[in-house]
Amino acid sequence: MLIDWFTVGAQVVNFLILVWLLRRFLYKPILHAIDEREKRIAKELADADAKQMEARKERDEFQHKNEEFARQRAALLSQATDEAKAERQRLLEEARQAADAMSAKRQETLRNEAHYLNQAIGRRTQQEVFAIARKALSDLATTSLEERLGAVFIRRLQEMDGEAKAGLAKALKTAPNPALVRSAFDLPAEQRTVIQQSLNETFSTAIPVRFETAPDLISGIELITNGHKVAWSIADYLLSLEKGVGELLKMKDKSEAPVKSQTEELQPESESH
Amino acid sequence: MRLSPDDIILWHYGFFKLNATIAVTWGLMFVLVVGSALITHNLSPGLRRSRWQNFLEIIVTAIEKQIQEVGLRHPEQYIGFLGTLFLFVAAASLGTVIPGYEPPTGSLSTTTALALCVFVAVPLFGIEEQGVGGYLKSYAQPTAIMLPFNIIGEFSRTVALAVRLFGNMMSGAMIIGILLTITPFIFPIAMTALGLLTGMVQAYIFSILAAVYIAAATRIRKPKPEPDARQ
Repeated sequence: MLIDWFTVGAQVVNFLILVWLLRRFLYKPILHAIDEREKRIAKELADADAKQMEARKERDEFQHKNEEFARQRAALLSQATDEAKAERQRLLEEARQAADAMSAKRQETLRNEAHYLNQAIGRRTQQEVFAIARKALSDLATTSLEERLGAVFIRRLQEMDGEAKAGLAKALKTAPNPALVRSAFDLPAEQRTVIQQSLNETFSTAIPVRFETAPDLISGIELITNGHKVAWSIADYLLSLEKGVGELLKMKDKSEAPVKSQTEELQPESESH
Repeated sequence: MRLSPDDIILWHYGFFKLNATIAVTWGLMFVLVVGSALITHNLSPGLRRSRWQNFLEIIVTAIEKQIQEVGLRHPEQYIGFLGTLFLFVAAASLGTVIPGYEPPTGSLSTTTALALCVFVAVPLFGIEEQGVGGYLKSYAQPTAIMLPFNIIGEFSRTVALAVRLFGNMMSGAMIIGILLTITPFIFPIAMTALGLLTGMVQAYIFSILAAVYIAAATRIRKPKPEPDARQ
């Protein structure tokens, strides 16, 4: 018989014991170790993933910050550039203004100098001309000239227009003091009489007159009473001439004011005179 | 002519007797258990581990994968039984490299014992999975006419299991014995190598057939191939 039933039973028991022992000593510990390792690897992978995610996040954040920084820097730089430009513009403008002011001041000074020179020349010329005229007329003035002067004075009194005449008449009549007749030379008695008579005739009343000598009249006669004055003298003519020349000079000054260069402008002016 | 190591009686006391089959089986058990215990008492769950640990892990995961491929969804539930079947049969045939060794699987008693274990384990796993009614119903599948054939198949496949393993192991030892008397050189070595191969193939066939029977009994259709994380 090939089958020994006792051995069969013993082998069954042996096999079952072997199953139990191997399960206890082989399969369970090995499978447990493998599971542990798998868990550990999975955990490590998860950790690595988490770390990678974190790193990516931090990198993104860093990049974002970097960009922000670059943007701010660019903004600051452009702001500084703009400010520098503005400052430069302002300084240039200031310098230009200062230069303009200096230039204007210089021009003004030049103009003033020219003006004063002009005035001085004009005044001097005027004075010289009048001095010459006065000297000539004084030299020429004689009694006969004075007589002629008296005649002219009388004619002018007579030729006075109505309104002026009435005013003067009123002034003569109401004046508390006698009317004053001034002349460059001492008038002779007959001439004084003629003037008295002509006054009386002209104003149809006896007018008290006081005669006075005033050499500054150069050559002429004037009647002064109560704020009114009737005069004729060469000095008057000279004064009016002087006035006319003065106005002429003033006009010239005005016309020269906007001109840049005094010398350039003075040249034609002087040529025209 | 000695056909089975059962005939070598080492110790005898009434009904009890200690023959070579049992003694060698104990020796194998001792080697397997002590070897496993020695290696697994200091396992490392980390990435660095000993070569022996790697060796055992390879074996265990390979068995697990085979069980899974047969169609059993929870290999850890069956690895104790099926893995031990394989390891015992494989160790028994591997021992043939030792001169004077008698493989316990060359005894029909041992193969019968293993086949009986399968014969009992299959309905037990089936009942555990589907309950008594569900398991018994599976005998009448696909129709009630198949009931007697299914029952006959249950017994005949157990007998086939026992005889197949015994025949192969016994014939291997037998051929080597005969060849040793005819050509004492070279040929026995070649046949021993061949015997190692057939022994491993038989171990694989025995445990895979047991796994297939259990899979059929637990009526679990072959699931879609799941991605195996342990590969």
